[in-house]
Amino acid sequence: MKRSQITMVAGSLLVLCLAASVLTLHRLDELRSHATLEEVLYVSSPQALKRISLGYSGLLADIYWTRAVQYFGSKHVQGAEDYKLLAPLLEITTTLDPKLLVAYEFGSNFLTAKPPQGAGMPDEAVALVKQGIRSNPNEWHLYYDLGFIYYLDLKDYRNAADAFARGSRLPDAHPFLKLMAALAAQKGGEAQMARMLWTTTFETTTNKDIKANAAAHLRALQVDDDVTNLEALQARYRDKTGHFAASFSELESAGMLRGSPRDPLGAPYKLAAEGKVEVTDPDDLPFIEKGLSIGYIPPPKPKILPVD
Amino acid sequence: MKAAPMSRVFPIALNTFREAVRDRVLYNLVAFAVLMSGAAILVGQISVGIEKLVVINLGLTAVSLFGVVISIFIGIGLVSKEIDKRTLYTLLSRPVRRWEFVVGKFLGLVGTLVLNTFFMAIGVFGALLYVAHHFAKPDAWVLVALYFIILQFVIVTGLALLFSSFSSPLMSAVFAFSLFIVGAFAEDLRGFARMTKGITRWIATGAAYLVPNFSALNVITPVAHGQPVSGQLILYNTAYALIYATMTICGAVLIFERRNLK
Repeated sequence: MKRSQITMVAGSLLVLCLAASVLTLHRLDELRSHATLEEVLYVSSPQALKRISLGYSGLLADIYWTRAVQYFGSKHVQGAEDYKLLAPLLEITTTLDPKLLVAYEFGSNFLTAKPPQGAGMPDEAVALVKQGIRSNPNEWHLYYDLGFIYYLDLKDYRNAADAFARGSRLPDAHPFLKLMAALAAQKGGEAQMARMLWTTTFETTTNKDIKANAAAHLRALQVDDDVTNLEALQARYRDKTGHFAASFSELESAGMLRGSPRDPLGAPYKLAAEGKVEVTDPDDLPFIEKGLSIGYIPPPKPKILPVD
Repeated sequence: MKAAPMSRVFPIALNTFREAVRDRVLYNLVAFAVLMSGAAILVGQISVGIEKLVVINLGLTAVSLFGVVISIFIGIGLVSKEIDKRTLYTLLSRPVRRWEFVVGKFLGLVGTLVLNTFFMAIGVFGALLYVAHHFAKPDAWVLVALYFIILQFVIVTGLALLFSSFSSPLMSAVFAFSLFIVGAFAEDLRGFARMTKGITRWIATGAAYLVPNFSALNVITPVAHGQPVSGQLILYNTAYALIYATMTICGAVLIFERRNLK
């Protein structure tokens, strides 16, 4: 056999074997579809991992953070209810690099939100953010995150007020923190407080997904306010005329309204029976609590519109 | 007139550098470039909020590990290769002293590693510019981290040379790698020593101080977060690395001077 022939045969065989190995592996993956690598933490001790990293813990923390993001993302896409590896992955990440602020801020978001939006584990989120504060006592964002979880998710107003107050004393803290501390201490003004919390998030985050989520919440608060006010107008109109207005122009003619009211996305509100006010497309306005038609079923995953 | 020792050390260092380049040592830069550009593009798509951190952490870790591997694998062959090729005998038959040969080899390899690190640093800063679009003031601390990595290479090269002066290349590699790993745990070793009593404490403390301490030379994670490095740390790390490397070179010279090369 000539040298060129040997080269040809060996080269072809190599390519053939490579293709065959890929196909075989693909078949093996199909057979072992339940044996997902994602559900395994090979080393569960953060301290042991820190030792194993030989001092290169920053890079390992980045790898674990990426793994946490991927884990959360894949579970989120599946609409999963169980996120059992999320808290340990975040604990490992933040032990390897206690200064990785992004892991506390986003991680607490991932942990707090109710399934299927998140893991629904606010207590773990509190523990994570507290760990972050211990390692980064001068980061006001972390106190804000802690107060946010206490206020909105755990309804623990005393601890929320304490977290906001401690954060407000730090240099460069957002001025809203002082107001939030006062409002949380009064245990009141929930809508006003929620607006301030989401406004602060919207203004200070650099991540487009979190910004879009904050914008959606702010829109929802606006819709809830609008619907409350419009329904109050309808009630007043009925008191005056004995019946509800059939269209907004009737309210306009009565001098109670200027123009046709629109939701924050620019779609007109609709008048429904019994003086109720509804939004045109509730799917575009996730998190709203008012303005929904009777029997409306929200989509399994909220539709978060991008911020332009 | 008798020539100064440095006039003999320098050509040996230059030849060691040329030999390393001929051995395609700098090819690792290709792998490094692929790694950096891949990370810079990929991480933004698969992770959240750590694009810049990954470039610094991955870049500096790769610079460090690539350099350590090069310094060990080239360092362990510096003496044995010259003996195997019989070029050492030609060299020592000239007016070159054995210590000059050892120091020349050491400086040549350190020079190679400095050049290699320089090119990698350009890669790190290039990737940084790609992900952040501009440089910030704290990015200058990355230069300090790179300087500490070079100090790490100085120590590892000295150790590799020390082991290669009396042992086979394979055993030298094992010894050097082991010490590199033990050196990463140096502070833990001191912690263990404090837990013991009596003579064990003395031995453990002695061992903890004898192994190289690489943990103080690793500031990758703090500089990735833009934290400053104190001037005192720079000063003491420089002093420590130079003292430790001198110690290893002295050891290598002492052994090599007494080695029977027949």
